[in-house]
Amino acid sequence: MSMQAHAESPAHHFDHPEPTTFLRKYVFSVDHKVIGKQYLGIGVFMAVAGGLMAYLIRWQLAWPETPVPGFGWVPEPYMYEGAIPPEFYNSMVTMHGTIMVFFAAMPILLGAFGNFLLPIMVGAPDMAFPRLNMMSVWTLGVASLVLIASFFMPGGAAAHGWTGYAPLSAKAAYTGVDWGGTLWILALALEFASFLMGGVNFLVTAINMRAPGMSLMRLPLLVWMQLTAAVLFMLSVGPLVAAAIMLLLDRTLGTGFFLPERGGDPLLWQHLFWFFGHPEVYVILLPGFGIVMEILPVFARKPIFGYRSIVWSTIAAGALSFIVWAHHMFVSGIDARLATPFSITTILISVPFAIIMFAMIATLWGGSIVLTTPMLFALGVIATFLIGGVTGIFLGSAAVDIYLHDTYFVLAHFHYTLFPSVILAGLGGLYFWWPKMTGRMLNETLGKIHFWLTFIAFNCVFLPLFLVGVGGHHRRIYDPYQYDFLKPFQPVHEFATMAAIVLILSQLLLLVNVVMSLMSGEKAPANPWGANTLEWQTDSPPPHGNFKTVPTVYRDPYDYSVPGAALDFLPQTHP
Amino acid sequence: MTTEHSMTAPRELGKLPFGRAGIWWFLASEIMTFGGLLGAYTLQRISHGGWHAEMQHLNAYIAALNTLFLVTSSLTIVLAHQATERGDRVRARNMLWVTVALGIVFLCNKGVEYSIEFDHGYFPWTSTFWSFYFTMTGLHALHVAGGVVWNTCLAIAASRAIWPKVSHRVEYAGLYWHFVDVVWIFLFPLLYLS
Amino acid sequence: MLSWFPENISTYGAQLDSLFALIYYITGVWFVAAQALLLYFIIRFRRRPGVRASYVRGENAGELAWVMVPVVVVLALDLFIDYRSHPAWALVKEEFPADAIAYGGTAKQFNWAFTHPGVDGKLGSEDDVTLDNELHVPAGKDVQVSINSIDVIHSFFIPTVRVKQDVLPGRTTRVWFNATKPGRYEIPCAELCGFGHYTMRGFLVVHSPEEYEKWTAEQKPTPAA
Repeated sequence: MSMQAHAESPAHHFDHPEPTTFLRKYVFSVDHKVIGKQYLGIGVFMAVAGGLMAYLIRWQLAWPETPVPGFGWVPEPYMYEGAIPPEFYNSMVTMHGTIMVFFAAMPILLGAFGNFLLPIMVGAPDMAFPRLNMMSVWTLGVASLVLIASFFMPGGAAAHGWTGYAPLSAKAAYTGVDWGGTLWILALALEFASFLMGGVNFLVTAINMRAPGMSLMRLPLLVWMQLTAAVLFMLSVGPLVAAAIMLLLDRTLGTGFFLPERGGDPLLWQHLFWFFGHPEVYVILLPGFGIVMEILPVFARKPIFGYRSIVWSTIAAGALSFIVWAHHMFVSGIDARLATPFSITTILISVPFAIIMFAMIATLWGGSIVLTTPMLFALGVIATFLIGGVTGIFLGSAAVDIYLHDTYFVLAHFHYTLFPSVILAGLGGLYFWWPKMTGRMLNETLGKIHFWLTFIAFNCVFLPLFLVGVGGHHRRIYDPYQYDFLKPFQPVHEFATMAAIVLILSQLLLLVNVVMSLMSGEKAPANPWGANTLEWQTDSPPPHGNFKTVPTVYRDPYDYSVPGAALDFLPQTHP
Repeated sequence: MTTEHSMTAPRELGKLPFGRAGIWWFLASEIMTFGGLLGAYTLQRISHGGWHAEMQHLNAYIAALNTLFLVTSSLTIVLAHQATERGDRVRARNMLWVTVALGIVFLCNKGVEYSIEFDHGYFPWTSTFWSFYFTMTGLHALHVAGGVVWNTCLAIAASRAIWPKVSHRVEYAGLYWHFVDVVWIFLFPLLYLS
Repeated sequence: MLSWFPENISTYGAQLDSLFALIYYITGVWFVAAQALLLYFIIRFRRRPGVRASYVRGENAGELAWVMVPVVVVLALDLFIDYRSHPAWALVKEEFPADAIAYGGTAKQFNWAFTHPGVDGKLGSEDDVTLDNELHVPAGKDVQVSINSIDVIHSFFIPTVRVKQDVLPGRTTRVWFNATKPGRYEIPCAELCGFGHYTMRGFLVVHSPEEYEKWTAEQKPTPAA
């Protein structure tokens, strides 16, 4: 960047000099690329913690009250020589959900991919508010520490489920968890603050800091989906903040917002929670889909099918997500006449998602498909999300939901929507952008083995759980075999648990691959996949400020295989 | 169009003023938070038959006076912003101090009101009405206090010099202060008058 | 999948199960078709030397029809499912039979207490019988249970009857059913209610009408608390 130009133009606060000290460069960095990696670090760390909790839960379900291999070191009263007591099981169930949704999915999908990619994809040197960006990642760090600290409080960590239904969550006496439950609320509040700060950066960066020629309809779909997710989160989290304040006061000050004996209403919590909860699902889904949208055209060598329809579907799905919340509450005791209207809004929301899914499949038609590791993961997302989608139709029908509500059918359903969009899409994105992030290639063979093991093991864990759900197996049960009608399901649980162990162990392949790549990986060229979007038109990894000169955008993000062109891709900067 | 722009060259597509977009983002999420509280209060109130008896114990005169203070302070912060745009340092500073003073008067008044209620034995845990009342007005008072601190910083900054950043910051503080005012405009009738 | 359902013993259970089956077949066809298409595209359009992908942007109406027509069909089928669901929902949750035998119930951490109407068949009279974790009903009769909770939210779930209803503290929630087959069935609590949630297990005991009369006569009335 020339000093001449710097002096002439008004200084923007997103221009900051390249840092020189270690602290400024890697710890208190304001560079969106470093912040993205910090988010990735926090997210992966928490995901590993959440994954180990899943292992504990699965072990208990398959072989109740037997020592969990590898966990003999956990002291009492958390575990007894490796065996899990009921209180700890409920804490595990609660923390697995809380961690995976708020401390793994959001940091990885929005925090890491959003921060690293969004500015480069729009052609900006950094986020609009770099210091706010740093503050948001540090707030998330503090939130994570508070959540982890809650384990060490007397009574242990929160045990009221990740949905925190009152009155169970409103009085310490009901769960036996005192400070753990209060810290759970504080950790969530800090997490919300973190992503509110992050979200405004997404909006202003994507609107204001686009490179010349980057019109809104030339934005990569990932940017659109990150943006929609940020706005959804901002608009939906307020009522939950209000609910969290009330819950905190119920726990600490003795108010009775959710306690009927003091004139409160337990359903109020559920309304406020799910008003946030459903948009929150899309806050996670959409960035995952965005990753798939970036990978598909590159390896099908085709424009994405129906770019505009996808953009409008994304916005429509976001808007509709605010009027479907009561479908989580069909049998909760709300007025029965509300069920059918909410069934219909739920059905309507399947339209934009059907458009997105069909557009993904249609993109493959007539393509020239290369099954690289990222592409395998992207296709895996489509294949598994279809299962999550169709099983949602069962639950959207209020009548069928009477029986299925709070069974393993629901559990399997939402794991089939969130696992593809968080884990499969997240891994696909990591394989896809790793060369850009680090300047090194990953090993393709290892990557493919990793994909197949993950994909098959995941399906082996959760497909059988649909069956026990249909069998009436209710959720959050410490020892299912107390019930005669659940006794025959033990082999199913054993199978799912063994598959879960394979699923967790197969992630070590990624670790091996990453370490090998960092130690001795092949150097990544600027554009290893032959891709069009702006992040591939700069060095790997991008320099400070992302581009040596401001890129000018001349075309759509997915101009692959244009007839008459010499190459089968035309970068957005190609005149 | 050439590709030879510097990274600091003005971008042609930027539409949102950076700071204003930030403050609106913050306010939108705040609106949803207070909206959640007010919505919950309204629904609970309808289903619990109005809470008219509890409401009789609130002091609508103190609250009306407080409404007057806040509305006036909204006006003074607008005047402060106008003054910063004209570069009128003294007037900007004075108007900001008036805004701060009105905010403090509001808080003191609120404190008096709370202490009267405590004296009569009404605490946040007394009943759901009082829980809502203290939570909503308490959260609002925290926002007023935050605004007072912010406005004080600006008043000190403005007493030294006026430069464009101060003008922008007074504008953002004004937006926030209006928001705090508007929340009170909703709280006052919903709690005291209905 | 359908064979995994537990036995159905209620009058409305068959209708709910057939609704599940309807959705199962509709979504099953779509699911198989979509997966088959996905697999076919992946295999058919693998990269081959010298063959360039077709430049189809899916922006004009003719191309978009490939997506929009299936979407419209999906929407129509979804609305059809809702149309078929509504009567079943209304039957279970809205249209309570007027002459059902009334029962009472209380849920707490971590058990159920059910109040039976006794010999006179009326709830609230002196011969009421309250039992822990057992609900005795006559086969083939409409039964209505009014349940409340004294602490947290529980959920009254009888898998064989296909009914589930959250039980809230501070208000009475009604459930009705008509169990047709005598036997002993489990009533799990389906909403996390604390560390003993998994032990909160009740039983529905369905007697034939004659046996039910005999059983009722044998019970000692529970003194009102």
